[in-house]
Amino acid sequence: MSSHSRPQEAHLPPAGDQAIGVGVAETAEEERYFLASSWTLMRRRFLKHKLAVAGTVILLLIYVTAAFAGFFALVDTHERNTDYEFLPPTRVRFFHDGGLQRPFVYGLRQEVDQETLAKTYVIDRTQVYPIRFFVQGHEYRFIGLFPSQLHLMGVDEPGAFFPLGTDRLGRDMYSRVLQGARVSLSIGLVGVAISFALGCLLGGASGFFGGAVDMIVQRIIEFLQSLPSIPLWMALAAAVPTEWPVLRTYFMITLILSIVGWTELARVVRGKILQLRVEDFVMAASIAGAKEFTIIIRHLLPGFMSYLIVHMTLAIPYMILGETTLSFLGIGLRPPVISWGVMLQQAQNIRTVALNEWLLIPALFVVFTVLCFNVVGDGLRDVADPYATRHM
Amino acid sequence: MASYIVRRILYMFVLLLILSFVSFVIIQLPPGDFLSTLVINMENRGMTIDAETIADLKKRYGLDKPFMGQYLTWLFNLLQGDMGRSFQWDEEVTKLIGERLILTTTLAISSLILVYLIAVPIGIYSATHQYSFADYTFTVFGFIGLATPNFLLALILMFLTVKLFGWSPGGLFSREYIMADWSLGKVVDLLKHLPVPLIVISTAGTAAIIRVLRGSLLDELAKQYVVTARSKGVREQRILFKYPVRIAINPIISSIGGLLPFIVSGEVLVSIVLGLPTIGPLLILALTDQDMFLAGSMVMMLGGLAMIGTLISDLLLVTIDPRIRFSAAARA
Repeated sequence: MSSHSRPQEAHLPPAGDQAIGVGVAETAEEERYFLASSWTLMRRRFLKHKLAVAGTVILLLIYVTAAFAGFFALVDTHERNTDYEFLPPTRVRFFHDGGLQRPFVYGLRQEVDQETLAKTYVIDRTQVYPIRFFVQGHEYRFIGLFPSQLHLMGVDEPGAFFPLGTDRLGRDMYSRVLQGARVSLSIGLVGVAISFALGCLLGGASGFFGGAVDMIVQRIIEFLQSLPSIPLWMALAAAVPTEWPVLRTYFMITLILSIVGWTELARVVRGKILQLRVEDFVMAASIAGAKEFTIIIRHLLPGFMSYLIVHMTLAIPYMILGETTLSFLGIGLRPPVISWGVMLQQAQNIRTVALNEWLLIPALFVVFTVLCFNVVGDGLRDVADPYATRHM
Repeated sequence: MASYIVRRILYMFVLLLILSFVSFVIIQLPPGDFLSTLVINMENRGMTIDAETIADLKKRYGLDKPFMGQYLTWLFNLLQGDMGRSFQWDEEVTKLIGERLILTTTLAISSLILVYLIAVPIGIYSATHQYSFADYTFTVFGFIGLATPNFLLALILMFLTVKLFGWSPGGLFSREYIMADWSLGKVVDLLKHLPVPLIVISTAGTAAIIRVLRGSLLDELAKQYVVTARSKGVREQRILFKYPVRIAINPIISSIGGLLPFIVSGEVLVSIVLGLPTIGPLLILALTDQDMFLAGSMVMMLGGLAMIGTLISDLLLVTIDPRIRFSAAARA
């Protein structure tokens, strides 16, 4: 794709650089600049956007962690510990008896208040459980491929190590957040993939054929965009039968989220096709005997691929928020599926949250991930569209 | 101009018609027809329903007809103000929705106004003080505001008030006013409860508007007419508000159309979390109980609300921007 550079862009000085004598390369660096393809230029511009680069790195880390959730997890995500319900996050300590030690956690003792019957957990400073690395633990499937028992860390029995606390049923929040990330994050990708397919197909048809097709597609888009998305999603999601298997529900919810998502992409595709198809190189291609489909795929698509990537990056967080919202309301994904939204269901009751604030931790992950996507998308937009003067 | 308005209103009716169809499809989505649900519900409560009533209801909702016939019956009933019956509440849907819809509208419109009241001054300030400390602060807050879903913000605010002040800011009325008829006291009570939900609903919209206004105003400020005006000695204030702000504010006004569905969505969510007596909580209840007449009617009403809002914003834009007014007149 990189061979289809746009000449008009290749000659543009990068944003923020000193003006370079246009047309005449005086130094080796300028020479390289003039010869670079548009994708190379975009990559260079993107690397200058420090915040966006940082966001990309963090997102990659988050996705890798989610992919290897089993390895990073401490315990089985469905394992209930009736001894440790609503346990606050365990503090990792380094000092014992006044001396620096390898990281460890203290033992816990449960005490029941005789009057109120409320459970409290008391730290037992006599018991020390060092955190061990690369330990054998519960069995899981390594990226779903082969069974493994190796885990990044763990403590010896009967030590209790719950870095993010436990929930109502005494399940480890940390391991569940990791497991939930797989569902919440992948729904963003799958949803955008569906939106992308729909958007390209309908937006492309709308832009290329024009006339009645264009008219109908545009009215559909206007209609969908004029609807409040949450009530529509809610109504559709509530109609998904509860007895459906997990995978089917997951796919249905993703599809529902894409119903609104494709409209924005379709608009971008249509706008770009309308703009590009009057260009000379399209005329040249059609005179040379290229078929319409070839023209779209080989000549038009590379021309606005970068815009599409920007819009897709900005659409992913929208999907993630959608899933979280629906699952939180109890009409999206349902237990035993673990997603960030499903975990937040427990936070619906404000009294419970006030007493066990760590139940809100999945929310921090949602906000942080979405923030990263927005920052990266913003950076990409600056890169992909050097003509748009944006001052963010 | 007049013909543009007429066409625009006609177009809205077409949209409303499609919306009614979509709403009806939603009513029909769950398996089984709603009459059997009604009969089961009545029997569960130990009531028997006689054959005559069933026949009556069948006729009223056109259940003996095919899908399109049922839709037309429903639509016809809707036009006469009959939205069907809620099975869960055993009440006319119109009665259930009525007051809640008014509160939803109030909240949505107040939030919309609040969004502009906050976002426009901040956007102008950010653009005129680019890269200042305040500008960076607003940008950071804007990003976080965009990344935090409404329901989370509501949850966090509630959590904080419970933690810090020991009370929860749920509801729209104090206990003594919940069932009371409308009076001055009730309105004052409502105003006292409004701030938290309003802030929560407005946040995401405000963040978006600040970013748009800042960007477009910066573009305008860099233009030559501003330099010319400045070199001629026009005062900064006057330059700013006489020309660039007026132009930069245009996309903001046209964005009401996109903002309103967004705010209605937010309102529904926030109401569910904060337990406000608006459409939101009723909608989720209706959906989880598959009380489909109620749910479908609410989707219809919320969608209609957003569409009417968009119509108003379009008409507003025509009156404010002469360029659009003339091109609309030319097309007509």
